Amino acid sequence: MPQAVMAGCTQRCQQGLLKFFQCVRRLISGTLSKDKLDDELEMTMVCHRPEGLEQLEAQTNFNKRELQVLYRGFKNECPSGVVNEETFKHIYAQFFPHGDASTYAHYLFNAFDSAHNGSIKFEDFVMGLSILLRGSVREKLQWTFNLYDINRDGYINKEEMTEIVRAIYDMMGKYTYPALRGDVPQQHVEKMDRNKDGVVTLEEFILACQEDENMMRSLQLFENVI
Amino acid sequence: MAAGVATWLPFARAAAVGWLPLAKKSMPKPPVDKKSRNDEILFVNVSGLRFQTWKNTLDRYPDTLLGSSEKEFFYNEDTQEYFFDRDPEMFRHILNFYRTGKLHYPRHECIQAFDEELAFYGIVPEIIGDCCMEEYRDRKKENQERLAEDTEAEMASDIPLPPDSTSRERLWRAFENPHTSTMALVFYYVTGFFIAVSVIANVVETVPCRPPKGSVKDLPCGEKYSLAFFCMDTACVLIFTFEYLMRLFAAPSRCKFMRSVMSVIDVVAIMPYYIGLVMPENEDVSGAFVTLRVFRVFRIFKFSRHSQGLRILGYTLKSCASELGFLLFSLTMAIIIFATVMYYAEKGTKGTNFTSIPASFWYTIVTMTTLGYGDMVPNTIAGKIFGSICSLSGVLVIALPVPVIVSNFSRIYHQNQRADKMRAQQKVRLARIRLAKKGTTNAFLQYKEDGGLQDRDSDSTALCVKNRSSFEHQHHHLLHCLEKTTNHEFTDELTYSEVCMTESVGYRTSRSTSLSSQQGLSSSCCPRRPKRRAIRLANSTVSVSRGSVQELDMLHVQKVAHQRLSVCASSRSSLNARSEDLKLNCDDRDFTAAIISIPTPPANTPDESLPPSPAVPGILRNSRSGSFTHETVKISSL
Repeated sequence: MPQAVMAGCTQRCQQGLLKFFQCVRRLISGTLSKDKLDDELEMTMVCHRPEGLEQLEAQTNFNKRELQVLYRGFKNECPSGVVNEETFKHIYAQFFPHGDASTYAHYLFNAFDSAHNGSIKFEDFVMGLSILLRGSVREKLQWTFNLYDINRDGYINKEEMTEIVRAIYDMMGKYTYPALRGDVPQQHVEKMDRNKDGVVTLEEFILACQEDENMMRSLQLFENVI
Repeated sequence: MAAGVATWLPFARAAAVGWLPLAKKSMPKPPVDKKSRNDEILFVNVSGLRFQTWKNTLDRYPDTLLGSSEKEFFYNEDTQEYFFDRDPEMFRHILNFYRTGKLHYPRHECIQAFDEELAFYGIVPEIIGDCCMEEYRDRKKENQERLAEDTEAEMASDIPLPPDSTSRERLWRAFENPHTSTMALVFYYVTGFFIAVSVIANVVETVPCRPPKGSVKDLPCGEKYSLAFFCMDTACVLIFTFEYLMRLFAAPSRCKFMRSVMSVIDVVAIMPYYIGLVMPENEDVSGAFVTLRVFRVFRIFKFSRHSQGLRILGYTLKSCASELGFLLFSLTMAIIIFATVMYYAEKGTKGTNFTSIPASFWYTIVTMTTLGYGDMVPNTIAGKIFGSICSLSGVLVIALPVPVIVSNFSRIYHQNQRADKMRAQQKVRLARIRLAKKGTTNAFLQYKEDGGLQDRDSDSTALCVKNRSSFEHQHHHLLHCLEKTTNHEFTDELTYSEVCMTESVGYRTSRSTSLSSQQGLSSSCCPRRPKRRAIRLANSTVSVSRGSVQELDMLHVQKVAHQRLSVCASSRSSLNARSEDLKLNCDDRDFTAAIISIPTPPANTPDESLPPSPAVPGILRNSRSGSFTHETVKISSL
């Protein structure tokens, strides 16, 4: 469209002329034009304060002292009160130096970020921990289902499961014994899919996990983490 | 590992619940934390310094940490105090803010530390009082600039390219960073040499040479040896044209490249030659042709690609453009004023040189810059007075902007020095970081080796295992859970490469000797994945092609055999008495190749290419015989 091109051209010419005049003016008056950088000094100090201690105690399964300990650690790491994904990935990578933990950290971040706004506040953090450590078996399994359901549509299909498994295997790194191959185990979805419709719903997931005795036993182990 | 990360460990462990549905085995028992979980109680407020203040004082600013309910998280009921584990010196300033309403910036403190304290206590830095605001702003800007350059220098193009870059990207990289490859370096020096040759030829061809026989007048060398100079010129221009076309082809954005300064210089350097070729030998245009030859001297600017100092100079001039512009403008004003005055002062004199105002410009310029050629001098007294005023003011006007330009140059020069230093130290820093990382990974392997994953209730746990901190125990437990989830174990680079070698060795021997289970030694422990992996593997010790394995075979076979024999003897005994003789010295680390055992897989002919069978050979370890259920087959004839 020649008109659009012409319009863009005139606009550019106008901007060029404007800049030229500004240049001449600066030459004559001799002022330095570095002041506008000051406006860009970030005013983006997002500071978030959590709800009161009593409210959090009522909403979660922790007592006051545990919440205090948790908050102190959280605040020390993130004085602004929120964790963003980059920091999260960096922290998680420190625990798994052998491999690449960023994909799994990404899924984990999404699972904790209940409001899906790209940052985890202290409330999200503590609610997640409360479910994982002090919740009922059903709540824990529901949380895990949410973790696996990447696109939050209520079903886990084969691709999502493969993604998660691959993310976990990535954390192992290269130097493993026996050596890792390119393919990852595929049998999880088939095992859990009761009505063979290709996807796993929440109920199927919970049923399949409850029948797995190993898993039920292992669930109890993480309760005294804090 | 950083201490701050320890606070996130419970969270990472809790999130391990997410692995449970996929785990192939049940999780190991977590370590029992015998230490009581009470917080340490200190009878102080801020790291030892006790402050006291009214509650109303703090309530004045309810949107900060101390003024809101957030401080309840830091309340210690036992001592009835709020305890903050922060810098007590800085806290003094924070508290003064509540008391007086004005926040001051302590000049001797690091700007970043101060900013962090403000962020922690939830105070916006804009409230800093006017007395300290300017200092704060300046230091903050300086710090930010420095950080920006540092990150820029880090992300600078010394990072190796991803292996799947096109040839065009590689070519561009070679042009921008000549020290990345030898070819690029050679090309860089060759072009530099030809620039120098071209400039010298330009200069020498005007020097008068001895005249040829039969002539008296001196001839410039260019006309005497015109053919030689023409050939040299042609060669240089060909090289420059080739370089320019290559750069144009490789540039990621051709429009942007064509508008850049260096490209314009390149074009200006080679165009006169082509125009000269095209133009006919005409009397009228030969004058213009001569002018064009002047532009050949701009080839000297091509050196700025080769010389960093030139680039710094150019960049300084660009950044001081406003000062230089102001200088020029004020000089022009002064020149016009003084030229007018001198013209009218000298108007009366007979035979004067000051014939017009523009003619007086020359006098004014020469006088203001204190050159004083003396070709134009005033004769009248008024003229002489104004001439002296002119020269005095010239000195002042020119001297003023010079310090600004000098300081700019100094700043940019130091920035460049810092960038170079950073790049030089980068390699050392990366190496040290890699070493520290390796330490962490080795810690876990050492832990496994020391039997730390055993049931720790038995008395025989090695002392060194018991003495590890609870953080390490928990972290190792987490890594162990991951191993159980994926049914693979962590090893170090050495073992991994040895496993690869032994598998290839074992493969060969299994072919030669008649082994009962001929199937199952899958020959690809170093899987042939897409290119990415291949390049990473090339850096490790396992850069073994099938052909060159033979020589390594010999050395390695002996090594493996020796180890196998030495471990065999001890392993048999230790298999029987598993729980008793866990070593107390935890430095022994030969858990490399023991007996190669082959599980019973489905029948599968060993293939050179990647077989899809999941059969994997297992290596027996001393302390964990129960985990792998397989039959052991000794490979005898070596």
